[in-house]
Amino acid sequence: MKPEIIEKVNEFLTEEFEIESSLLTPEARIVEDLGIESLDFVDIVVIIERDFGFKVKREEMAGVRTLEDLYKYIETRAV
Amino acid sequence: MNRVVITGMGIYSTIGKNLDEVRNSLYTGRSGIGLDLRRKEFGFRSCLSGVIERPNLKSALPRRMRVGLPEQGEYSYVATMEALKNAGIDMDFLEKNEVGILYGNDSSSIPVIESIDLIREKRDTTLIGSGAIFQSMNSTITMNLSVILKLRGINFTVSGACASSSHAIGMAYLLIKQGLQDIIICGGGQEINAESMGSFDGLSAFSTREDAPEKASRPFDRDRDGLVPSGGGATVILESYESAKRRGAPILAEVRGYGFSSNGDHISVPNVEGPVRSLVRCLKDANMKASEIDYINAHATATPVGDENEAKAIDQVFGDSKPLVSSTKSMTGHEMWMGGASEVIYSMIMMQNAFVAPNINFENPDEFSAKLNIAAKTTEKNIDVFLSNSFGFGGTNSTLIVSRFK
Repeated sequence: MKPEIIEKVNEFLTEEFEIESSLLTPEARIVEDLGIESLDFVDIVVIIERDFGFKVKREEMAGVRTLEDLYKYIETRAV
Repeated sequence: MNRVVITGMGIYSTIGKNLDEVRNSLYTGRSGIGLDLRRKEFGFRSCLSGVIERPNLKSALPRRMRVGLPEQGEYSYVATMEALKNAGIDMDFLEKNEVGILYGNDSSSIPVIESIDLIREKRDTTLIGSGAIFQSMNSTITMNLSVILKLRGINFTVSGACASSSHAIGMAYLLIKQGLQDIIICGGGQEINAESMGSFDGLSAFSTREDAPEKASRPFDRDRDGLVPSGGGATVILESYESAKRRGAPILAEVRGYGFSSNGDHISVPNVEGPVRSLVRCLKDANMKASEIDYINAHATATPVGDENEAKAIDQVFGDSKPLVSSTKSMTGHEMWMGGASEVIYSMIMMQNAFVAPNINFENPDEFSAKLNIAAKTTEKNIDVFLSNSFGFGGTNSTLIVSRFK
């Protein structure tokens, strides 16, 4: 796992979504533990395109449950 | 029929960010007008504007509640929190009781413009983000505040041009009078950004007295040359007397009457007959004679024809008793969707503090304003009953009468 992916994701979660950094463990569940709701995913799609330069398809995100899933998804798609 | 009282109010305006600041500005005749130089880059005729600082709500609201709030929603949130606080209403009360919201708003330009700019450039709607839709609808203020405050009563926005928030108070008054609601948060919000004002500037409706911004808004003055656009947020809490008594709320005043009419005439040029019908209907609803009104807060925006026709209407109905008249727009500029509610609050502050705020810049009357009793200077005056006018494009008229509670 590239550390810069973890760093960037954690940065937007703390700065834009105002989530406590201590909650950002790889096993944290995005909805249940971090309080991200469906509307927030709309903004996450925008941020991923901005920060990682690829276009997210919402259906590809369907299997993303934990932060680790999110890091891995970005790693497989990021150029 | 229920008596309808006012139990709280709050304001975020160009002449003050809370009731105390606004009271001082009204008493001293302080102008909130300045220049927005960005408007020159945009090719505006006039850079004159009400000047206001956007509140920082980062510590007040979580992100999800902020992303849907446009500029005027932020002003309205701050005004509403002040109003609820002095009405003695907290979140616990709102969760246990049915409270409604009726707010005036008639535009939300920036989120619309930014979304469309992005679509045109990127050809991809998913890049707009989640907040724009909730910011861009006319009902943005009521939709956001009803979620933030967990409201479970009546919930919609009144769009009636520059009479929007006066009609919102009128609607709330009728619902409470009928016994359909006990408490309604009402008010008005108005964006103030350049983008929202361009098409209005294009009508040559704005004053161009840019060399003296504080002198630019001159309602009723012979040398007026147009209005100055402005904005902010204003909230009043309307409540049935029984509800206010039951919970020991402060009773600040009583809403006595609501009058309305439509000119059935020109889209932008007001007439005399329509406002007269609104004034007469309001007096009839309040069961009052014209001579019982101590003070009139005029709509007067400082456009040549608007002020002339309002002066004729006021003279036609109040020519015998000649109550004191002023237009607080001389200080605030034209607060449009917010003006009906803010001007009730300005008049309430005057009633509470026994003065009439000055119609600043009223130096020389014209033929029509000469017939009115206009307060050019701050005037110490006991006010028992005031009347507030609001008129808008399309010929919509609204009049409210408010008195001390006795």
